[in-house]
Amino acid sequence: METPTVHSNFKSEEYFINMGPQHPATHGVLRLVLTIDGEIIKKVEPDLGYIHRSIEKMCERDSYQQIVHLTDRMDYLSANINNEAVCLGVENALQLEIPERVKVIRTIIGELTRISSHCLWWGVMGMDVGAITTYFYGFRDREMLNDIFEETCGARLTMNYNVPGGLMFDIHPNFVKRVKKFVAHFKTKIPEYDRLLTGNVIFQKRTKGVGVLSKEDAISFGASGPVARGSGYSCDVRKYHPYSALDKVTFNECLETEGDTFARYCVRIRELWESLSIVEQLIDNIPQGEHRVKTNAVIKLPKGEFYQKVETARGELGMYIISTGTKSPYRLKFRSPGFSNLSLLNHIAVGGKIGDLVATMATLDLVIPDIDR
Amino acid sequence: MTNEALQELISSWIPDLEYTEEGSQFLNVHVPSERLHELMSQLKNNSETGFDYLFCLSGVDWGEALGVVYHLESTTHRHIIVVKVKTEDRENPILDTVSDIWKTAEFHEREVFDFFGIKFNNHPNLQRLFLTDEWEGFPLRKDYVDDINMIIK
Repeated sequence: METPTVHSNFKSEEYFINMGPQHPATHGVLRLVLTIDGEIIKKVEPDLGYIHRSIEKMCERDSYQQIVHLTDRMDYLSANINNEAVCLGVENALQLEIPERVKVIRTIIGELTRISSHCLWWGVMGMDVGAITTYFYGFRDREMLNDIFEETCGARLTMNYNVPGGLMFDIHPNFVKRVKKFVAHFKTKIPEYDRLLTGNVIFQKRTKGVGVLSKEDAISFGASGPVARGSGYSCDVRKYHPYSALDKVTFNECLETEGDTFARYCVRIRELWESLSIVEQLIDNIPQGEHRVKTNAVIKLPKGEFYQKVETARGELGMYIISTGTKSPYRLKFRSPGFSNLSLLNHIAVGGKIGDLVATMATLDLVIPDIDR
Repeated sequence: MTNEALQELISSWIPDLEYTEEGSQFLNVHVPSERLHELMSQLKNNSETGFDYLFCLSGVDWGEALGVVYHLESTTHRHIIVVKVKTEDRENPILDTVSDIWKTAEFHEREVFDFFGIKFNNHPNLQRLFLTDEWEGFPLRKDYVDDINMIIK
């Protein structure tokens, strides 16, 4: 007897679907062109440039003090660390000796910025996979940090606290007290994060084994930060190229080996503890001294090329300056962590479902202005 | 490996390359465009150099020439090298792709193509990345003019 054949109207068909530019899971104006077959993703192609401002071109006509202000419009959640990158690059090129007080304060604020960024990430990560509550918890703790930043320098997000040569102002008299209060408060809150989300069975089922990135691919795709460390690739700039006061503190680099979405999640949660520990080691020992050394009003870098790396909350930010000895760089390139991390999205999302793509993107922790510089 | 040892090793593969320091902390190697791919695969695959992490790829308009600067790091040996390549053809600049050696180069080369107009041989998907397909000119070139969007002081 002849077996019945499947009719052609059951044939599956590939088609395109737009995710974004306005989509809550892309966290900004990122458009992904998905090729899907049913619910299975065949290809993810990012379409970029919706908010590209050509910061690199603007830098070619600006002075180095002005460039600092542009950088916190890249990865705005790591604004202070971006500012620090430019200042460190300029200071190293000029071979300026920076007071210990400045180095310690920069490191403390850098780590607080990392905590604040991870808090926001944790809140929206939960929301992306359907847990609304996390959003309010994350923002509650981040609010304390924003208040501290506001008291220190007047701005809550785009801080501009660093200038080449030091800090714009000295810290507020309340700074040490308030940071200590935050550290004590936040230590009781991270276990709460774990109880709410990390141990949640639904959450684990959504994230374990999803979006797996191998260590070799992480290196080849230029991944950095928690994305790379979730795949067991040791790449912390703070360990390998320490800057500011990071060579004076002890901390562990958080590594996981699974390389899936849950591993990347765990890395960030553990990083919260490490950042708290760095802040605790430094907050009681802020040396006395100047908060700024004098620089020329017009900073001219010597002729040559300079490269500075820092570890932002998203990974390795590089700044490559080609100077011809004038007041502006001849060419300035920002190697942003988000751009390289986005390039591996297609690789880890293919074969998964659209819901998995949302969970995967949440742990890549993309900030779109960082990609569209 | 120290910069001197690196320089010696690379000279044994391809003699007569130009080495500079450029006032920076890294060793700079200048390679002619026809030897670029050969040098890059050696740097990646040789176990002594082992440059498996391409952390920065920048296009540069040098005025008389267009070029690309590659910053490479080894995740096992933790040494860093900078490779530079130039092409003097501003009308139709073509270089070899390194996206088959480091996957991250695929996106970075598209960015360079978008802003500098440098084409890359054998690139899997060489299209504009940030700008629209019908955009005229290459904005990060020094001779780019845009009376509306650029503020010149």
